[in-house]
Amino acid sequence: MMAEYVQRQEVIQDVPREINFSLAEEIFRETGNPVLSCFQCRKCTNGCPLTFAMDYYPDQIIRLIILGQEEEALRSRTIWVCSSCETCTTRCPNGIDIAGVMDYLKQKAHKQAVVSHKDNWSYAFHRVFFENMLKNGRVHEPKILADYLLRSGAWKQKLESGSLWRDVKLGLFLLRNRRMRLFPSRVNINGHTVGTEAH
Amino acid sequence: MVDVTLYPGCSLEGTAQDYRDSLEIACSRLGVNLIELENWICCGATAAHSLDEFLALEFPARNLVLAEKRGLDVVVPCALCFNRLKTTEKHLLKNTHPELTKKYPFKGTIKIHDLLAYLTTPDMLKGISSLVKKPLEGLKLVSYYGCMVNRPPRITDAQNHENPTQMDRLVETLGATAIDWPFKTDCCGASHVVARPDLVFVLVKKLYDRAIAQEANGIVVSCQMCHANLDMYQDQISEYFGERYHIPVFYFTELINLAFGDERQIGWLSRHVVDPLPTLRECGLI
Ligand code: SF4
Ligand code: SF4
Repeated sequence: MMAEYVQRQEVIQDVPREINFSLAEEIFRETGNPVLSCFQCRKCTNGCPLTFAMDYYPDQIIRLIILGQEEEALRSRTIWVCSSCETCTTRCPNGIDIAGVMDYLKQKAHKQAVVSHKDNWSYAFHRVFFENMLKNGRVHEPKILADYLLRSGAWKQKLESGSLWRDVKLGLFLLRNRRMRLFPSRVNINGHTVGTEAH
Repeated sequence: MVDVTLYPGCSLEGTAQDYRDSLEIACSRLGVNLIELENWICCGATAAHSLDEFLALEFPARNLVLAEKRGLDVVVPCALCFNRLKTTEKHLLKNTHPELTKKYPFKGTIKIHDLLAYLTTPDMLKGISSLVKKPLEGLKLVSYYGCMVNRPPRITDAQNHENPTQMDRLVETLGATAIDWPFKTDCCGASHVVARPDLVFVLVKKLYDRAIAQEANGIVVSCQMCHANLDMYQDQISEYFGERYHIPVFYFTELINLAFGDERQIGWLSRHVVDPLPTLRECGLI
């Protein structure tokens, strides 16, 4: 009896003994998203089109949050693989906005700088898109593509695989077909601070 | 003529200029006078809601307030812009962020429509039907609606978010065959195509295979991200999986113009990467 008890104690050594709701509560406070209502039915995961590329399934991300495993959730591949298709959010029987949770985690990973351009190309793309939008009001596609290739370092791999030339050819096709503007259009932002304050 | 405000969004100034050209003609034939919102800015897209909650609402909020000043309903051809504008509309009307509502006092006196829904109301379909000159017989099309005009329904106000049918009805009205299929609202991977084309290729292959298995000779879409992923990368997807796909991808507005007998539209179709003209020739439509 005693031996069995000691053994079980050892087993639970590296498991957090106390449930830590602080991240789940923080998400509820900040966004009204009721993560703690999850009863692990996995409906979110069953409808998710991108599970094949995820390290944690959507329901597991929710579980990590409920267990207070913030670090694990913020460093997961899943949050950046999510395409925001909103299938999970639409179907959750408990009204949890799972896609919104993914956004929350991405925003937090960005704020805490736990992601970088070079290691995470999806993040690199979001960053250049976002910065271009803040600067000019509207996004200029050729500019964000060029910035993305440089900032992420993706050009090197594309050069080696030959897909860079494919992209250039596609660009020329679009240009010939009036589907690419060489210069961005200008927007008058009338004294509003949007587009200028963050940078 | 009905006046409406057009919120085009950034890609309709670039890669989706072909969508823009086609929808302008279709709308003018249908008596819809599109007035572009002056000084509109980006909706923020996926990038903004992935990085900054407040700015993700602030960008669309500014557009909504500008549009409300003009006083006309807004029509949005891009599914993602539509979704971001609707999301922000709900936040503003529920006053979820008081600082935002204070800066952007949107009252909700105008409506936001996605272009597909706007052009496929029963009245519009009647109007369309009376203008069809060249029924699109021989085209067998699967309608691909994608994610953003449907989900989540509490944001989009979509009536049939799991099984929308308005594009199928349009296809029939234009004289083509609408093929019912199960992937109407599946995801194409959207902007992942830049940084993670590997993901998009897997998702899009699934769509091609199903469409072909059901003997479709074309796919019709209402979103320029869906169009880009299905059309622009078709040869790369073929190569990636060792297949030889050739399935043209049409905007629904292009089909309207074709059925109305608009000659300009035929020329413009060659601006797609997958040239639809051979298929149209096979069907005897050109
Ligand atoms: S669908 Fe909702 S309740 Fe079910 S596992 Fe996912 S988050 Fe939890
Ligand atoms: S929003 Fe993200 S997590 Fe949810 S179903 Fe879509 S890809 Fe999966």
